[in-house]
Formats: sequence, structure tokens, C-alpha cells
Amino acid sequence: MLIGKVVGSVVATRKDAKLGGAKLLVVQVFDQQNKPKDQYVVAIDAVEAGVGDMVLYATGSSARQTDRTEGKPCDAVIMAVVDSWDLGGKNVYEKWA
Amino acid sequence: MHLARVLGRVVATAKYPGLEGVPLLWIQPLDENGAAAGDALVATSAISSGPGDVVSWIDGREAALTCPVHFVPVDAAILGFVEQAARLGEVVARQES
Repeated sequence: MLIGKVVGSVVATRKDAKLGGAKLLVVQVFDQQNKPKDQYVVAIDAVEAGVGDMVLYATGSSARQTDRTEGKPCDAVIMAVVDSWDLGGKNVYEKWA
Repeated sequence: MHLARVLGRVVATAKYPGLEGVPLLWIQPLDENGAAAGDALVATSAISSGPGDVVSWIDGREAALTCPVHFVPVDAAILGFVEQAARLGEVVARQES
């Protein structure tokens, strides 16, 4: 999985019928040093993430292994909201800091 | 399967159902010479491992098969703890003592 910050959402009324009801969020990719990359993905949300949340997202066929993305044309799904992470025991990101 | 070194731990209380209690770890993929190669990513772990460990890991949909619940959006999973990796008789990676 990769980590990123939800920076926006996508509204598309005309889209593949199977995507009806899917919540599309724009995620900016972050690296393990909590630095933003110039890379964005649009992912279907499966854990009620919101703008500003740091999230984990899975890509590829694994993205279709949720009740909200099964059988849908989806290659990226948000599957966790990150509280914190450390590198070698040193905290690098804390949601509440 | 690939080699990697564990960098740190990710804490996420809000996760997709079925991933409760499954560790999430930052890993740095290693190439055939044991050198860091490519971007770090987050993997689930089927074993207990911490920062500095050399591990083997798998990506793609098969990664989810290492989780207690298989129908989960997981695209990278640590499979094993590597004491030592050698290539053509030359040790390329081993646990830091």
C-alpha cells in the first residue's frame, strides 16, 4: 500500500454505471518522510476518509477486494486512515500533533 | 517475492473490516545486491518484525492471502524473516546483529 493525504473529491455524474454511489477522493502521494510528492491518484473510499486525512490506499486488483469496489472498474481504494507512523522508532507523522 | 528492509510501523485504527490486528509496516525494497531500490511502501505482516529486519515480501492480490481474512484490499505483505540472503555465494543481506 502507499500513503497519501486526501486533498479533494471528484464529482462525476456521467461515469461508468458500475461506479454509481462510489465516493471518489483525490489523494496526493506522500513518502515515508511525510513529504508530499507531485503525484496524485483518484481512489474509491472504503473507510469514510475525508479531506485532510492521511490515508493508506491499495492499488491493482487488490483494490477490488472490498464490498464497495468488488466487480467495479477500480484500481485504487482507500482502506485505512493513518493515525501515526514511526521510522526506526522515531515518530514521523502524528494525526493529532 | 522480493527482499526488503523494515523501516518502521504504521498505526491506523480506522481500517477496512478484517484487517483488525494486522500489522502495517513501512518497508524499503532491496535489489539483488541488497541495496535499496525503488520507493518505500507499506505492507501488512504475517510475522512479527520491526525496524531493521530483512524480510521477504509479496505484492499484488496474492498479498491478501497472508491475512487472517482473505477478502481484504491488501497489495503488499511480508511473508518471512530473512536471516541471510546470498547471491552467487556472496552474502547480500543479513540481519543487523
